[in-house]
Amino acid sequence: MFESVWLLFALPALGALIILFAGQWMSQKVVGWVASAAVLAAFVVSVMLFFSLTALPSAERSITITWWQWMTIGDFKVPAAVLIDPLSVTMAMVVTGVGALIHIYSIGYMDHEPRYQRFFFYLNFFILAMLTLVMSNNFLGMFVGWEGVGLASFLLIGFWFDKRDDMYGWYADCGKKAFIVNRIGDFGMILAMIMVWSTLGTLVFTELGETVHHLAPATAAIICLLLLLGAAGKSAQIPLYVWLPDAMAGPTPVSALIHAATMVTAGVYMIIRTNLLWHVGVPAGEVAAWIGMLTALLAATIAMGQTDLKKILAYSTVSQLGYMVAAAGMAAYGAALFHLVTHAFFKALLFLAAGSVMHATDGILDINRLGGLRAKMPTTYRTFLVGAAALAGIPLLSGFFSKDAILVAALDHNILLYIVGAVTALLTAVYSFRAVFLTFHGQPRDPHIFEHVHESPRIMTTPLWILAFLSLVGGVINLPFILSLEHWLEPVVGEHEKILLVTELLGITLSIVIAVFGFLLARALYLRHESWAERLAAPIAFLRPMIEHKWYVDELYRATIVNPLKAVSGWFARVFDPKVIDGAVNGVGAVVNDAGEAVRKLQNGAIPTYALSIFLGVVAVLFYFLFIG
Amino acid sequence: MASSIPYLLTIITFLPLLGSVIVMLVPGDGAKKWLALATTVVTFLVSLLLWTNWQDGYAGMQFVEDAVWFAPLGIRYALGVDGISLFLVLLTTFLMPIAVYFSILYVDKRVGAYMALMLLLETAMIGVFVALDLVLFFVFFEASLIPMYFLIGEWGGQNRVYAAVKFFLYTFAGSALMVVAILIVYFSAGTFDIVALQSTPLPAVVQTWAFLAFSLAFAVKTPLFPFHTWLPDAHVQAPTAGSIILAGVLLKMGTYGFLRLAMPVFPQAAEQFGPLLATLAVIGILYGALVALMQKDIKSLVAYSSVAHLGYVMLGVIAMNAQGVSGSVLQMVNHGLSTGALFLMVGLLYERRHTRMLDEFGGLWASVPVYTGLFLVVAMSSAGLPGLNGFVGEFTIMLGAYNYMPIFAVLAAAGVILAAWYLLTAFRKMAQGEITNPANDKANLKDLNLKELAMVVPLVILFFVIGLFPNLFFDKINPSVEAMLATRTALIEQATAEQMPALELAEIVVTEAK
Repeated sequence: MFESVWLLFALPALGALIILFAGQWMSQKVVGWVASAAVLAAFVVSVMLFFSLTALPSAERSITITWWQWMTIGDFKVPAAVLIDPLSVTMAMVVTGVGALIHIYSIGYMDHEPRYQRFFFYLNFFILAMLTLVMSNNFLGMFVGWEGVGLASFLLIGFWFDKRDDMYGWYADCGKKAFIVNRIGDFGMILAMIMVWSTLGTLVFTELGETVHHLAPATAAIICLLLLLGAAGKSAQIPLYVWLPDAMAGPTPVSALIHAATMVTAGVYMIIRTNLLWHVGVPAGEVAAWIGMLTALLAATIAMGQTDLKKILAYSTVSQLGYMVAAAGMAAYGAALFHLVTHAFFKALLFLAAGSVMHATDGILDINRLGGLRAKMPTTYRTFLVGAAALAGIPLLSGFFSKDAILVAALDHNILLYIVGAVTALLTAVYSFRAVFLTFHGQPRDPHIFEHVHESPRIMTTPLWILAFLSLVGGVINLPFILSLEHWLEPVVGEHEKILLVTELLGITLSIVIAVFGFLLARALYLRHESWAERLAAPIAFLRPMIEHKWYVDELYRATIVNPLKAVSGWFARVFDPKVIDGAVNGVGAVVNDAGEAVRKLQNGAIPTYALSIFLGVVAVLFYFLFIG
Repeated sequence: MASSIPYLLTIITFLPLLGSVIVMLVPGDGAKKWLALATTVVTFLVSLLLWTNWQDGYAGMQFVEDAVWFAPLGIRYALGVDGISLFLVLLTTFLMPIAVYFSILYVDKRVGAYMALMLLLETAMIGVFVALDLVLFFVFFEASLIPMYFLIGEWGGQNRVYAAVKFFLYTFAGSALMVVAILIVYFSAGTFDIVALQSTPLPAVVQTWAFLAFSLAFAVKTPLFPFHTWLPDAHVQAPTAGSIILAGVLLKMGTYGFLRLAMPVFPQAAEQFGPLLATLAVIGILYGALVALMQKDIKSLVAYSSVAHLGYVMLGVIAMNAQGVSGSVLQMVNHGLSTGALFLMVGLLYERRHTRMLDEFGGLWASVPVYTGLFLVVAMSSAGLPGLNGFVGEFTIMLGAYNYMPIFAVLAAAGVILAAWYLLTAFRKMAQGEITNPANDKANLKDLNLKELAMVVPLVILFFVIGLFPNLFFDKINPSVEAMLATRTALIEQATAEQMPALELAEIVVTEAK
């Protein structure tokens, strides 16, 4: 069975090629179904891989299939090979499973899009790249997927490359920003890979264990910090998260698939995958834990102040990714992967439901202009509510268990981290229900929009129901005290660290209290406008302008990095290169050729004859010297 | 080593020259055009015999030809290829048909002379890569100047004369130094044999001066910062085919010179000046990229990107370890293909719109999707997207650079960010946004036709082949690189061993004095 893993790649590749070369003769529906069928079939393959893996004893669940030797120079050997183990198969199932649902949804969502051929080509290409990322057995192969998904992201964010609006500016610029910011992360990835090979002599994940104990902790920490920079780019963490909110310029299914469920979790995946290095470079893990937790808090505060539904979800994604990175940094890999999976379900659901709203309102997602939609869009409302409740951590939903796992790990690890995480959890519950109440409850604030609102077609609502179901019950893959996912992951990350029962119980109690209080607070603030809540919020009201302007981080970067760099390159291009360097060259030429004489000749074109005669002279002398002399 | 096909290298080298003579003799522009194309195609096909008859794993020169040219001075007509030069020869013979075919489609002015010069240029370029005798190398190196000078000066843009003269004088100044260097080497080692020189120890003084002279000549050609300012002028003014060949092949004569001559023949001097050259290479990477970011003319942008890319190649060469050097050899090919393809794409657009100013475009993705999609693939190849060719070279070079001196790898990796920045900026201005100029809309701008695709698609296929199966190339490159490095190490050790007794003696004297 494992040999047929090539199908996992061949299917989306085939889909992409068919659409690229034959798509122009197909209707939108046919193209959409070809793309969806390819991903659905790949999902079947990944499920079969999963069952084949479970049939093996735990210790043997790591199968490498080598296709060819990719690069070999001396000791530097990199194969083109895939690694089938619990981690990669879990990721593959999420990518193809959620991916297939979003593909199908897109058939309905993109029904009026003339460039559907490109769209589905990009989507299939993305799946191919994402599978390369999670299945490769070495750093460099992973990096192929890593940048491949970056390219897909660039193409899809700027999908409407000729469109602009007040919120995003030119959509094409959003795509460009995403790619370049990600390249800053890739800078870290490249150096980390170079250092890994130079110190450990291999880039193959399964071979790291052989030599990793020789690695100096300081070196390991540097490598891990460089990897963290890469993760910060791809998984939108401080200081590189700024591209993700702008990435919402892309079509909403893209936001769901790439910028919520799958690609942005690549950084978390990568940290889990390289856990052996993090065990040696412990301080880097602490940094990751803090970066992640602070990102979670920062993004949650910004989400509070956003009025665009997709932007709320985008900052929420940054925030939840922060939790995952924090968990991975604390070596709570099971919790990180658990939250990755449940988040893929409920955040994909939230985005798709938001897309359903957008589909009905002709693109308007400003929650100040919506309201009362639940009357006209019952399915969208119900499924969105499930997603928001899961995000808020309402007990018994999937997000509750996975977020609780991270918070408990933080409680066990460092009380300060836990406090930051708990405050974030409260904010999360508030902004989740704020989005629900302002969009779907109350009175319609813009009757004109409301008038045209309608429920989406079945091809869009079916994926919503499936994802809602998964968001509801997804927690079963890793229930407290049973821990099946963490156990499943043991061949990759080692034994799960036991946490005291009292810590577990304290954590879970607090999680319940926080979620319920958050819900009540949001209801009081945004639905019932109760005075107690408004009094509670009043002392921090002064933060509002800061939050609405996203703490001015974009402005800060522009002023301190982008503009200075542009000024320098402008000076190089306009002054230094033509005047100084070229000036020196022309100056030398002038001196050698007796002052201004040469310059004048250069300009009037008399010099070619002069230069040529020199050359012919030299050739003549040379030949005389060689043949006659 | 006896080659399986006699005179194969002579045939490959001089077929274009023969074609050039015939092109000059036959009447009629049509006949001249197609004859030129046929010559380059046949040359390419014949050169494939080098690949098919290659003796894998053999590190030394293959297909060697050796005849006395001028006995009194020991000058020989010696040709041969190894893993270092093989792919540069193939790169040349592969790019030529594309350049010539583009010219067939778009050049009308004095076609016969143009084609004859192109073919002459091909002979000179191949000659540089196969010559095993210093004098022969120099003759080919110089001979490549003349056709390129005329191609720019006669068929170039508005400022062509200035650019051509600058190109000529600049590189010619370098060549003058090379004559001096060759004479120094000859009087010290008594031979012009390039292979023999690589294992001949030379006195330190000779090494220093000869290395500096060679380095300057090659640094101008490469071009290494700060000797690069002739390049943007030459590229902007050159006709498209000239730019393809200039960037694709001619620049590699500089880096090839470093790799074949300067670094292995003068190992101690090379070690001494290595950090300086690596610094210039890294400055070139960052500076070239920053200047490229600000360019308004696409050709000028691509020209500065070449400065950055050749900086990577130089860095790998200077690192003088297996990963760095093998990566550099492959990266020379990669840069030839990617930048050649970029100039080709720019040329195809220029022939439609008669401008290369970025501001004149916008929204091409809506009007010419096939062109734009291929342009993006080419740009990504140039930006080093993993899975395509450029990444393999860049990564292995940085690996080599790290093990030479880590700081150079760090700075080179920063160049990767800038490469994405300037290429996507160009793409943003050209292809994205709205169509504001009616000349760019669907009605007025035609997408690529089959003839044009026939030039672009082979390049794109090679991007993928090299990106996914680089070992097809490394398998042939590595043995020669490793052998060269071993010879060089032996040479250095020998030199240190000779100095050792003197040092030990000095130590004894010092200790006894105490």
